[in-house]
Amino acid sequence: MTAAAAPVPLTLTMGKATREAYGDALLELGRANRDVIAIDADLAKSTFSWTFGKQFPERFFNIGIQEANMVGIATGLASSGKIPFISSFAAFVLCKGFDQLRMGAAYPHLNIKVAGSHGGISIGEDGVSQQSVEDVALACALPGFIVCIPSDEHTMKAAVHSAALHQGPVYLRLGRPKAPIVHSAGVAFAFGKAIQLREGRALTIIANGLLVAQALLAANELAARGIEARVLDMHTIKPIDADAISRAARDTGAIVVAEEHMHHGGLGSAVSQALAAGTPAPAEFVDLGDRFAESGKPDDLMKKYGMLAGNIVAAADRVLKRK
Amino acid sequence: MTAAAPPIHELQTVARTLRRHIVKMIAAANSGHPGGSLSAVEIITALYFGEILRHDPKRPDWPDRDRFILSKGHGVPALYAALAERGYFPVSELMSLRQVNSRMQGHPVQGMTPGIEASTGSLGQGLSIGIGHALAARLDEKTFRTYVLMGDGECQEGQVWEAAMTAGNYELASLTAIIDSNRYQLDGAVEDINSLDPLAGKFAAFGWHVIEIDGHDVGAVVSALHSAHAHHAGPTCIVANTVKGKGVSFMENNNEFHGKAPTAEQLKVALAQLGE
Repeated sequence: MTAAAAPVPLTLTMGKATREAYGDALLELGRANRDVIAIDADLAKSTFSWTFGKQFPERFFNIGIQEANMVGIATGLASSGKIPFISSFAAFVLCKGFDQLRMGAAYPHLNIKVAGSHGGISIGEDGVSQQSVEDVALACALPGFIVCIPSDEHTMKAAVHSAALHQGPVYLRLGRPKAPIVHSAGVAFAFGKAIQLREGRALTIIANGLLVAQALLAANELAARGIEARVLDMHTIKPIDADAISRAARDTGAIVVAEEHMHHGGLGSAVSQALAAGTPAPAEFVDLGDRFAESGKPDDLMKKYGMLAGNIVAAADRVLKRK
Repeated sequence: MTAAAPPIHELQTVARTLRRHIVKMIAAANSGHPGGSLSAVEIITALYFGEILRHDPKRPDWPDRDRFILSKGHGVPALYAALAERGYFPVSELMSLRQVNSRMQGHPVQGMTPGIEASTGSLGQGLSIGIGHALAARLDEKTFRTYVLMGDGECQEGQVWEAAMTAGNYELASLTAIIDSNRYQLDGAVEDINSLDPLAGKFAAFGWHVIEIDGHDVGAVVSALHSAHAHHAGPTCIVANTVKGKGVSFMENNNEFHGKAPTAEQLKVALAQLGE
């Protein structure tokens, strides 16, 4: 056996925060389609819905601090033929608007697009009240919703345009910090289709959001030890790309799932269901676990709560022993 | 409004017909909410038979139709009865209320039953939905109007006041809220559980044009709806004072019939009182 090659340093360019890309894409949509409406609940400068709002004031409603009312208004607008994009922090729009989303978006399967910003713990210093660690579980519990966490500005823009074209409700999670660019500008994007970023046969790392960049860093570290990992950006949690997961299980026989979410009801749950129903394979999980985080710098939190490349490498080592 | 309203006695006859449908449907299902359905009858009669709503039963999705949202979804037997009598679906279908494979769901379901504009039953949501329709009308420069019927107990929900604040501030003159104020909720008298007094004063304070009427005087309901139409400065709230269980003596103000079906014997008595 030859010695493993020296690691090729993986350099990722820092891009925009996905919330900023959301605002940019919403503005493009607004120019193309006058039925696109944006509503925010007093966080327009933070969610970047204001990028749309300042250009189209007549189609932008800052409803104030009223998430339930915001969702209800979207129900009426969508029922009368509009395409409302509603935004707030993920923790607020899903937790405070959940019944309204259930009755007024999911049940009638309306054309409502929900943008939950500042998802995960990487919002940082504001602490637990603002950190959405259960939004994917909640959104997945809304029948008929598409649930998607884009990993960088390019996939976020593509996801916003796809959301506008899709007939039905969509949940998009937006992130606060700047996100490393992991895709090219013209990336082919479709809800429910994973994007393979790296080929490997030893294991597959399935990630979304900010954890995609960490997965690439981890794969690079593993490659230095001669372990080639496939990396999938599983941006859509529902509907999950079960084919890509089965292929990964068949081709590589071991899975690591990495996400910025609590352990229950997120990407790990969706991948596990797909593995069990398709081609079973051992899996390990990198996530927040069954707990809340705390205030702190985003990098410090991601380190303390175990959602960095090093944690993915450790999970890879564990799963390879079970292969 | 497309024509003069029919004479009051004709509307009263319609109201009695709707009441008979309501008690029969709920008795057949052996399940449902007679009290809050019966209290809403004159309000729904005025809207659907008093030449108030611009609508077309053959085109339930006509974009220019007026919208009626039953926010107090448990009162839906009254609405199903009116929609059937207006020809949205056969009257015979009413008797399948709450049965499996029926479009007559226990609470309203948008997209399933012709004429139903919103999925309600989780209280407090209809007024926000009404705002969305009214904003869409404003954006598209359409003249359709939006009516939302709520219960008084329902107004304990915080979302109602989020919506009341917003509609007032947005001066949504095409939006009319009607409160079927029958003074009871599931567990007892609204006044005893968490009083809303003064309900009219609260809406007035949120910038609404408020009209208080006897909700069983169908002529008064028609007049109040005309007055709402004529008010251009903002939304109108009609507080309709009603009697829970109205029209059936043993159900009136008897909260036992909030969510209980009449027995076969009680149905006979009720129908006799309602002129059958």
